[in-house]
Amino acid sequence: MNKILVRRELNPTVTLLTVEAPLIARKAEPGQFVIVRPDAEGERIPLTIADFDREAGTVTIIFQIVGATTEKLNHLMEGGCVQDIAGPLGRATHTEGLKKVAVVGGGVGCAIAYPVAKKLFEQGAEVHAVAGFRTKDLVILEDEFAAHSTLFCRMSDDGSWGEKGLVTDALKQLIEAGNQYDEVITIGPLIMMKFVCAITKQYGIKTVASMNPIMIDGTGTAA
Amino acid sequence: MAIDPNKHPMPTQAPEERAHNFREVALGYTLEVAREEASRCLNCKNQPCVKGCPVGIHIPQFIQALRKGEIEEAYQIISLTSSLPAICGRVCPQETQCEQQCTLGIRYEPVGIGRLERFVADWHNEHSTEAPQKPESNGHRVAIVGSGPSGLTCAGDLAKKGYQVTVFEALHTAGGVLVYGIPEFRLPKAIVAREVETLKALGVDIETNVIIGKTLTVDELFEQGYEAVFIGSGAGLPNFMGIPGESLKGVYSANEYLTRSNLMKAYRDDADTPIMKGGSVAVVGGGNVAMDAARTALRLGAEHVYIVYRRSMEELPARREEVEHAEEEGIDFRLLCNPVEVLGWNDPENPRDPKNGFVKAMRCIRMQLGEPDASGRRRPVEIPGSEFTLDVDTVVIAIGTSPNPLIKSTTEGLEVNRRGGIVINEDGLTSRKNVYAGGDAVTGAATVISAMGAGKTAAAAIDKALCGEQN
Repeated sequence: MNKILVRRELNPTVTLLTVEAPLIARKAEPGQFVIVRPDAEGERIPLTIADFDREAGTVTIIFQIVGATTEKLNHLMEGGCVQDIAGPLGRATHTEGLKKVAVVGGGVGCAIAYPVAKKLFEQGAEVHAVAGFRTKDLVILEDEFAAHSTLFCRMSDDGSWGEKGLVTDALKQLIEAGNQYDEVITIGPLIMMKFVCAITKQYGIKTVASMNPIMIDGTGTAA
Repeated sequence: MAIDPNKHPMPTQAPEERAHNFREVALGYTLEVAREEASRCLNCKNQPCVKGCPVGIHIPQFIQALRKGEIEEAYQIISLTSSLPAICGRVCPQETQCEQQCTLGIRYEPVGIGRLERFVADWHNEHSTEAPQKPESNGHRVAIVGSGPSGLTCAGDLAKKGYQVTVFEALHTAGGVLVYGIPEFRLPKAIVAREVETLKALGVDIETNVIIGKTLTVDELFEQGYEAVFIGSGAGLPNFMGIPGESLKGVYSANEYLTRSNLMKAYRDDADTPIMKGGSVAVVGGGNVAMDAARTALRLGAEHVYIVYRRSMEELPARREEVEHAEEEGIDFRLLCNPVEVLGWNDPENPRDPKNGFVKAMRCIRMQLGEPDASGRRRPVEIPGSEFTLDVDTVVIAIGTSPNPLIKSTTEGLEVNRRGGIVINEDGLTSRKNVYAGGDAVTGAATVISAMGAGKTAAAAIDKALCGEQN
């Protein structure tokens, strides 16, 4: 049982929870995930670690309500508990030695992109963050990205937030303006990541895309 | 009195009834039947059955006690060498172990040793009021990685000697393969939970949701003051066939399928855990796990369930009893068949058809048996041009599992063999000082009883290493 210290609805279908998990917080790195079970009756689901605080011993997860289990998770309140949380699992995103990076997030994928941007920024890299959402109401982590990037491009499909357009439009502009990136890191819908890769391939920039697999035990045994 | 040539049959739920529920199939002997079966034992001097038991249970002695009606005494005799009799009485392959060696078996059916073990253990669990006593601590701390049969046994043996034992379990419930793998209808989870509670009463601390190799490493366990570590992390890495279409939706590893049903309770009507139910299901493989998956599929509401196995009935590695149960329940065995491709729905006219990307059928090829291979079993070879298609909605791959690679990859100096099994000596000691291992993590997927035996061996060796010869 892990206590929920913070619960914040980031948009109508995306919620943030910060939970007490000192052992996990001690080891967590951006790009890793935890296995969460909201109550004793349910499914185990993988959720990416959106943030962590080693000193406070907390881990933050951000999830979109897409099914019964995330719906249950969304009903847990501050002061309450998640039944189980295990991790950190998966491989950490490689950040070592990177000096200038574009971090491109789309939709709820920004929750995964953020800790990567934060780590790069804290280790002194030049971070160009590009975040895209369908519309203003769906925007998450705006302040967090702004505080952990040297340049922050806001994009929305309908122009209600930042520039009207796709993240790939912004990325292309940045590259064409002469920015030389050591790496582009992209996290979001498959189709978005595909187009990001198509652009970076043209310019020969190393690109890392994040896939969120389906798994149950998270110990490297699931299909 | 003449000896009854046959074992007393095990009462079971009727096949047509049990195929639709998850309650235990075998109902167990009554006291009367158990004593009658016990009286079939010849109590022979050379005790070949004991040699057939991986942990050397004093079989004739417990059976004689049972015959006299001294059930608690029989239980205590079993307890001298076995920690989990209610479990082993249910899931041990007795027909290739103790019962295979039984003298009576030369002419007749062997004594139903497993059924008697189960009876004695269940009787004890039902009648015993004796609470386990927490022994006085000897001040030594041991960490156990994994709460499956090897880990629980190792933990129990050490706790009884006064060690402070912590068991670290990656999943949320203790029991390992006994809870995530073996279904309720073959091993009720209440029995496993009871064994775990007994260990807790002995002072064993069980930490769930801690993944050794990730949350903590083996080296950190030593830093925390544990003096020895036993690794019983099992074989949870599923093997796949490497055929086209294995990544379609509706193709599961048996591991995932059974974990969803057992551990995450998808078998219950009120569960949130998604699992494919109904339709036609093909389970690929012929071991106990394949039988468990097929019978689970049936109970989840499948209309038709196939077992697709590349050899013949004779080579089928599953326990005979499980195969018979599966046949009685209506599982359709397609023997001497091997899958070559899983086919999916794909409607180019309607790319938004929700069926797209899901399994539609499985292409198989017929096989014939050729010369014996390294395992001594006749090698199956394809019959050219014999392909055929099974229409199925779900495919479950149950062709074996390999040891979990997580601990190897995070523990420097821990030697593994080419199959990923941890290398140990006869005491269970690995290539790392004070690190022991046993069970499927060493052998690859094997039996509950051999894992239990490995846990006992390691516990004795750990005791010797930490407390010396005086114990």
